Amino acid sequence: MTTTLERPSASPERPADLLLSVHDLRTYFHVMDGTVKAVDGVNFSIRRGETLGIVGESGCGKSVTALTIMRLLDMPPAEIPTGSILFEDRDLLTLPDNEMRKIRGNEIAMIFQEPMTSLNPVFTIGHQISEAVRQHLKVSKKEAVDRAIESLRLVGISFPERRVKQYPHEMSGGMRQRVMIAMALSCEPKLLIADEPTTALDVTIQAQILELIKRIQADTGTALMLITHDLGVVAEMVHDVVVMYAGRVVEEGTVDEVLLQPKHPYTEGLLSSIPSKGLRGSRLNVIKGTVPNPFNMPVGCNFQPRCPYAFEPCPEHDPRIEEGGGPPVACWLWKRAPGHDIPQGLHDAQVAAARQAAAAKAGGVSGAVPTELRGEEIAS
Amino acid sequence: MTVEGSTGNGRASGDSLVVVKDLRKYYPIQSGILRRKIGDVRAVDDVSFDIKKGEILGLVGESGCGKSTLGRTLLRLLPPTGGEAYLDGQSIFEQNGRGLKDLRRRMQIIFQDPVGSLNPRMPISDIIGEGLLAQADKENGWGNRKTRDDRVGEYLEVVGLRRDYARRYPHEFSGGQRQRIGIARALALAPEFIVCDEPVSALDVSIQSQILNLLIDLRREFGLTYLFIAHNLSVVQYLSDRVAVMYLGKVVEMAPVERLYDDPRHPYTVALLSAVPEPDPRLRKQRIVLKGDVPSPANPPSGCRFRTRCWLYEQLGRPENCVEEEPPLRELAPGQLAACHWAEKINPDSIRQAARTEGISAGTPGQQRAAEEAEEASMVSDSPLDKPVADENAVPRA
Repeated sequence: MTTTLERPSASPERPADLLLSVHDLRTYFHVMDGTVKAVDGVNFSIRRGETLGIVGESGCGKSVTALTIMRLLDMPPAEIPTGSILFEDRDLLTLPDNEMRKIRGNEIAMIFQEPMTSLNPVFTIGHQISEAVRQHLKVSKKEAVDRAIESLRLVGISFPERRVKQYPHEMSGGMRQRVMIAMALSCEPKLLIADEPTTALDVTIQAQILELIKRIQADTGTALMLITHDLGVVAEMVHDVVVMYAGRVVEEGTVDEVLLQPKHPYTEGLLSSIPSKGLRGSRLNVIKGTVPNPFNMPVGCNFQPRCPYAFEPCPEHDPRIEEGGGPPVACWLWKRAPGHDIPQGLHDAQVAAARQAAAAKAGGVSGAVPTELRGEEIAS
Repeated sequence: MTVEGSTGNGRASGDSLVVVKDLRKYYPIQSGILRRKIGDVRAVDDVSFDIKKGEILGLVGESGCGKSTLGRTLLRLLPPTGGEAYLDGQSIFEQNGRGLKDLRRRMQIIFQDPVGSLNPRMPISDIIGEGLLAQADKENGWGNRKTRDDRVGEYLEVVGLRRDYARRYPHEFSGGQRQRIGIARALALAPEFIVCDEPVSALDVSIQSQILNLLIDLRREFGLTYLFIAHNLSVVQYLSDRVAVMYLGKVVEMAPVERLYDDPRHPYTVALLSAVPEPDPRLRKQRIVLKGDVPSPANPPSGCRFRTRCWLYEQLGRPENCVEEEPPLRELAPGQLAACHWAEKINPDSIRQAARTEGISAGTPGQQRAAEEAEEASMVSDSPLDKPVADENAVPRA
């Protein structure tokens, strides 16, 4: 596990600036009704100073991935049967707890989605920030508070000297999120994990926070792992994107590749279901059905029951992204399935036919839409 | 406009279904053991608009701007403080007893939270049937269990669910399905007007598009009129015919959807639109980042309420009339109203200039000062309500 050769080869030419690489990570939860494979074989890597976006809908495993990296999950019920998380040259999964505690909050910091509930209501924010500082750096109480004031100033909070004496309830949502960011940055982490940092905020406040994160990243060179469901935020913020669906990575690439030329049918469906100006008056695209039941994942490709292009190999074989070469998309439309010797060009025909069918289905825009089309959800 | 339609006997002019005139909703701030009133939170302050039959009016604004309060007051789910409202010429606020009950059937609401708005102890048949039972009379026969269940099944099918789901309980459904149940509940009473209060904010993108398609289909099928409240500007753009933008209890701009998005005439609308991230990396826009938070509606700034965060105010060297005079809504183009003294000064150049001074600590010194003053003011006040109010509905998807 110590050799660089075993690392995922997302950037084989630049292993030196590799900060974090996650390899075949699986996180299962054993609960009463069975086992939930929340994260099921995920690979990705982040270079120093880079921003990686992890995109997906609720329940796709993006937050669990982050919590696994931070080792914040209770085990049991969680179990990590396979995988490695190499941070610089340490495997976070095998580190003893006290070593991990030195990294957590210090070298890797995390911002959570809920600025309302991630701060402790009974302590002043100065106390909460300086607590983190004193945990990791050998400084006096006074110095820790000074550092807290400094980091509050960095995130654009005015009168930080007075703000450190206030409690979370005295602040608005945007300000609390700034406090969270200040706390995360107080120890100058090498990697910042932001789990939906702006989802609970208004759009003008979101703009402030995104600008703030961008500026801080430029100033400090912190790498950022941005978890979000908002493809707009992704387009705005990141270099590389990983799209997750039901615990697996279905597509990866640069932000331009993924958002402008999506390969996976899920990514394509997601992008075309966003309402936008050009779509006014037409029906929005819909990904039929719902996310599969976590206790009963489909065999083969787990998107196949909802996929408009599904064909023979899809229910049989699982099209994972192979490490070290191969197309960066988990889909049999883009590669040859085992035992299915499909001639080149058939895929295109398949896609074209499916698109045509979809277009015909969506054609009833002007007329009354038959009821069965509304039943786009599969009966559970 | 609304004014001529709502005077005198309150008959709406032309084809307006809903007419709202000078609607006010204040929440009292009480203090001390005697709960004496010490002030008001002006959640909705003199709002006027009308909605034509079959039209979708989008209502956008940030948390705490009063958009949900407006929707609820309009339906008399909250008592109004002042103003008038009419549904098809009938006064909404003056009705009582039987008249009010009939009105309630004709105006319905779809709530944001698909979890919190369905009683977990009731089967779906009761959740949807409850309204029918309340509105039962000899004519419709909804008092009869069989008739009621038939109607429930019928409307479950209308929203794309199976008839036999009526026996199940809310926890057996996904978020999207629950939202469909909420829609079926509103529709079952055959309303004319529906307030959609952030109906898709809690849903994932792929589910959101299903619900939006459904709402559009239903409008066509049943000839419905919507007041569509949302904070997502793309959703509002996709769905609405006209859009009203609210800031701190006031409508600051109202226009047909194309005009509002192509040529906004209020600095707040301009900033709001520039802040929306587009899912296209080629379109990384010039953003205007507003400073600070929304001021407290208990103590709104004098004159124009937006001036403490306004980029145009700074750009024009802080003109006095912004501080002294409250700008009225005035018509700047056919159908386009904006409440800004200096709306004519908004042009591509001024917007570009404002976007260039973006940044957290950047911004003009004056702007910085204004933001700090506002913050200072909010810090020294000790009233619990005298600070930015978080919308009670601001619980987006987890």
